[in-house]
Amino acid sequence: MARGLACVRGGRRVFDSVDFAVAPGGALLLHGANGSGKTSLLRIVAGFLDPAGGELTWNGRPFEDEDHDPDGASFGIAYVGHLDAVKRALSVAENLTFWADYYGSGVTVAGALDRLGIGHLASLPARFLSAGQRRRLGLARLLAAPASLWLLDEPTVTLDEDSIAIVEALIAEHRADGGMVMVATHAGMSLPEAGILTLGAAS
Amino acid sequence: MTAFWCLVRRDLRLAFRRGGDSVNVMIFFLLTITLFPFGVGPEQAILMRIAPGVIWVAALLAAMLSLDGLFRGDFDDGSLDLMILGPLPLEMIVLAKCLAHWLATGLPLVIVAPLLAVLLSMDGEGFTTLIGAMLLGTPILSLVGAIGAGLTVSLRGGGVLISLLVLPLYIPVLIFGVGAVDAAVYGLAARPHILILGAMLIAALPLCAWASAAALRLSVE
Repeated sequence: MARGLACVRGGRRVFDSVDFAVAPGGALLLHGANGSGKTSLLRIVAGFLDPAGGELTWNGRPFEDEDHDPDGASFGIAYVGHLDAVKRALSVAENLTFWADYYGSGVTVAGALDRLGIGHLASLPARFLSAGQRRRLGLARLLAAPASLWLLDEPTVTLDEDSIAIVEALIAEHRADGGMVMVATHAGMSLPEAGILTLGAAS
Repeated sequence: MTAFWCLVRRDLRLAFRRGGDSVNVMIFFLLTITLFPFGVGPEQAILMRIAPGVIWVAALLAAMLSLDGLFRGDFDDGSLDLMILGPLPLEMIVLAKCLAHWLATGLPLVIVAPLLAVLLSMDGEGFTTLIGAMLLGTPILSLVGAIGAGLTVSLRGGGVLISLLVLPLYIPVLIFGVGAVDAAVYGLAARPHILILGAMLIAALPLCAWASAAALRLSVE
């Protein structure tokens, strides 16, 4: 949960005193106009950005403690942003295998690829993927490298309707397992019982 | 530790698939050195005298060519963000990337250096010392270069800036690298130079990893 978060980018106060909490199995939808700080908020939660004020806690303790906990396997953050982190020179399967190995998840990637409907492309070099297929490969990382908190920044951009349904199903399963999700989106995604945080228009 | 080797393996595979970087660096190294006999004339005594210095200067410049790509690819496509979220501290990520960078671009330089020494009619006495000094010196080039690469990764066209930042820091490597080979050629003790190169490498491992990681943290913001 977060209390009084503030963010300043380029000398401009993007948002101020933002409070939210996500319970296990919960979801939070971030709404707001362009430039209202949805991406900044997700990047603060991920730890890439330092908040200009406020604090982030996890089970009542500051985030950093838990993050560097040697046996913090119970806590992990998965981030899917605007960039898909796909290496064009590697095949689809190699891309995903790298992340699965890097995060030490021991998950076989074939299942994750099938789930996102790109299993038949596994041996194709990633440079031949379409934008939507690249995005699906980025989302397959959520399955290949499990984490308890998913931060999804506009996950449905470039996706077709079927894929959006798949993503919604993945989120539902993740929540059923006690995982947490924060989604920044313009397109309406149907997330049952999700909290909604609307970031104010930039001032 | 598995994540470390996993990252090294991936970077090597990428370098191998693209091929461009490693091959370009080697060809640049070869071309620069073959220019010297044309430039200063084929007189053996002069070439012998300048051979160690020419080889080292060419190696520094060649190593710098590929530095811009050290973090840029991973920064541009968002991979760096995800690596930072992963289990490996950023300092270890830097070391893994430096190791892969050295294996892909530094080690080939060490391997072709003796051939170029023959071209410049360097005295045979200096060959083993040249290889030894380069084995110790070229990893330092990758490590120090990582600081420059980390600082400029968020800038468009940071390539020239890297050279300006990094070249002055390469001077100690140049001095002791050339010193070792010169000493061996003239029958003096090369050991002190080699030991100092080794000490610089040991110091560079933690210091450069730390500095480069700090620079990358700023860039990721």
